[in-house]
Amino acid sequence: MDPIRVGIVSYGFSGFSPSVPSKSFREMVFEAASKAYAKVGLNPRTDVDAFVSCKEDFWEGISITDEFAPDQLGGALKPVFTVTGDGLLGIINAYMMIKTGAFDVIAVEAHGKPSEVMSYGDIERMAQDPIYLRPLAFPSYHTVKALEARAFMKYSNLTREDLGIYVSQSKRNGLLSNRAPHASSLTVDSYLSERELVGPLSHSDLAPRSDAALVFVLASEGRARELTDSPTWITGVGWATDYHTPSYRELGRDIATKNASEMAFRQAGLGDPGKQLAFVEADERYSFMALMEVSSMGLVKDLRQPLRSGDLSRDGSLPVNRRGGALSEGLPLEAHGLARLASACDLLDGTGAVVSNMGNTSAVLVVRP
Amino acid sequence: MTDFKVTPLSEDSFRNAIRESTSPRAVYDMAPGEAYTKFFEGLREGKILGTKCPSCGLVHVPPKVYCQYCYLPLTQWVEVKDEGFVETAVVVYIAAERERLEKPEVVGVIRLEGSGDRYRYPGLMHRICTEPEEVKSSRIMGAKVKARWATERKGSINDIECFEVVSWK
Ligand SMILES: [Zn+2]
Repeated sequence: MDPIRVGIVSYGFSGFSPSVPSKSFREMVFEAASKAYAKVGLNPRTDVDAFVSCKEDFWEGISITDEFAPDQLGGALKPVFTVTGDGLLGIINAYMMIKTGAFDVIAVEAHGKPSEVMSYGDIERMAQDPIYLRPLAFPSYHTVKALEARAFMKYSNLTREDLGIYVSQSKRNGLLSNRAPHASSLTVDSYLSERELVGPLSHSDLAPRSDAALVFVLASEGRARELTDSPTWITGVGWATDYHTPSYRELGRDIATKNASEMAFRQAGLGDPGKQLAFVEADERYSFMALMEVSSMGLVKDLRQPLRSGDLSRDGSLPVNRRGGALSEGLPLEAHGLARLASACDLLDGTGAVVSNMGNTSAVLVVRP
Repeated sequence: MTDFKVTPLSEDSFRNAIRESTSPRAVYDMAPGEAYTKFFEGLREGKILGTKCPSCGLVHVPPKVYCQYCYLPLTQWVEVKDEGFVETAVVVYIAAERERLEKPEVVGVIRLEGSGDRYRYPGLMHRICTEPEEVKSSRIMGAKVKARWATERKGSINDIECFEVVSWK
């Protein structure tokens, strides 16, 4: 028997604004889900077999938050489960469920309302080792990422100017997006004149926050072809988690992303992904992360050359975040990976890799038309 | 009797053990959303508002902007009576860490009049102002109750102080 293929048939979104004060997160998810279902004429009460919701209790301010997941998706009293992680992990779970043959159509949701988290830094701090690291009370939760940025830049021989090339290009790409309130035509020069905030990172290296919800519908091949003429096929998935404490990790490279991508590329049959991929949608919680992922996935040998020559720009041979990433859209917490996937679906003109990395868990998807 | 080999721990051993305490600071400012905002505005005016599903007819209290059973948007607002029947109730004698309360509290689920079937109905979980004895004897089950409104209301679920018994079953 041939393996079951899995396709993305639709998605919908709500928000992508620094703050959405008029709607609760459930109302935002309802809006996103209604749009996703309407595009392909699905009634979730009868046509969707299961639902996946991605969120974390501490961001929600609700413990056992899975009970708050079903209604707005149309999943009341139906199979629903929650993933405490980025939305791409939810997509991977739905993909596997469909692969079992037990489910034909699955909806996946992720949302974030960081505007409601008044103690953001303290919530981030809760992710640190409580016995050993938290008592050190480092002033900013950006510290760990800045350490990674410094190590990565040394490993890849990148300068602040190189980061500036990426930031400027990605924020310009965002100008072409319909969900990127922070996009701008920032120049490398003005980037370089920004004051350091933490380590090598300045203001424009840190993604601002935004409130957003996204809902995707996945289906088995037969159903996918009935529902749409242009499904986005998922041909490989991979994920891996690295250790939480920085001194145990290799900081110059992202080994979790390396391992996740090897798994996904193998499934997708990509022997030379650096040449075979038409685009990358990369995590952009911090500017350097997108570059670190491109490098850790083994897509380029020396980052400096493609970065400086424009190969990673939207007209280059391996464009990264062609409609901008979190630097332009803002970071909607767990929904960031789905925002990347949405861009991949919008512009799908070849085989692409979609990556998210939240905490130290990396998820990689290979998609193609 | 079995002879267990044990190592007794003194108070001192406990005191001298290395520990690290942590105090999460989790502060949120949550948007009630379209449905709850209108619901709370209603409470401020002494009204209980719900949204009615055009398909199944269920009145949702507390309201939602969608019917989770029919997956339709709900735009029809209706006022339901501030009277209903006690579905179930308990006497609570303890606080979160099982400390005995000085004064026990009666908490219940009120089925408001308007629509629904055995399982689905407009309703509220709230305090019931009644004697613990009435609950322990189960006399409270099915009793007719009415909202006791706070004199000063500010658009919150506490604009209803509690539900009081109007008549026994
Ligand atoms: Zn209904």
